[in-house]
Amino acid sequence: MSTIVVEIMPKAELLDPQGKAVARALGRLGQTQFSAVRVGKRFEITVDGPADAAALAAAAELADTVLSNSVIEDVVGIHVAPASTDATAAAVN
Amino acid sequence: MRIGVVTFPGSLDDRDAQRAIRLAGAEPVALWHGEHDLHGVDALVLPGGFSYGDYLRAGAIASLSPIMAEVIDAANGGMPVLGICNGFQMLTEAHLLEGGLIRNEAGRFICRDQQLRIENSTSDWTNGFAVNAEITIPLKNGEGSFMASAETLARLEGEGRIVARYLGNPNGSLNDIAGVSNARGNVVGLMPHPEHAVEAGFGPDTAEAMASGVDGLTFFTSVIARALVAA
Repeated sequence: MSTIVVEIMPKAELLDPQGKAVARALGRLGQTQFSAVRVGKRFEITVDGPADAAALAAAAELADTVLSNSVIEDVVGIHVAPASTDATAAAVN
Repeated sequence: MRIGVVTFPGSLDDRDAQRAIRLAGAEPVALWHGEHDLHGVDALVLPGGFSYGDYLRAGAIASLSPIMAEVIDAANGGMPVLGICNGFQMLTEAHLLEGGLIRNEAGRFICRDQQLRIENSTSDWTNGFAVNAEITIPLKNGEGSFMASAETLARLEGEGRIVARYLGNPNGSLNDIAGVSNARGNVVGLMPHPEHAVEAGFGPDTAEAMASGVDGLTFFTSVIARALVAA
């Protein structure tokens, strides 16, 4: 099994009210060096078998058509998670 | 006239929509998201609520429901379809309407009686309104801020497809847009809720009396009148 990671962000030109609310909360904690926060999404898609070119192409298609809405979001990254640092390993470490 | 109301997991206003249809003089037909069957209805309402808990994006998972294949075919064939709130979000996710809805500008859920100006009095759902009629119906959502690219906005404006505009923009919607239609005018999406302003005693307050506002009824009587003309 392998894992394909898809990352999606709200379009840069649109307001991100969620990110603004988080940024204000950080300011209240005294973390004044952080001037802005934007909140996006990360999908970890488990593939039965190798994450080959066909699987990546299928994931890219889904990223554009289902996982994101191109009116309000951009797909900013699609990659295969390295086997040694996949999601589960990262959580344990 | 028989008007279907599709219930999705997490729909909240499906029964309110059915009641509005009945009060307007048509027969409501309850439809289920998991079926591939519109039961021969003449028009459709996608009701408000929080289908699938707004997971992924509001309306996104519902827009992939089995019945949406039939809804999309029917809409493209000219059947009147009204999406209210979460239903509007589904119509944008299903690409039946342009634009998209994001979180409200102030980051808060907004629940209030909202004044609107009806700017398109020719669509299947708004032909009973006078041009530039000002109405008040409830608004209640967390993700009602209408967004579209500059090109899309210019086209919607140029083609008269802004159905309703906010008087007093509550949520950061571009061009104060509260509702839009497709080019043909049979598919309309609206963030505020006409189905909650259809019976005196249960609607918004008016200058005349508390809770007496019934401005929402005209959306439903409009589609019935259009069907009678077509018949």
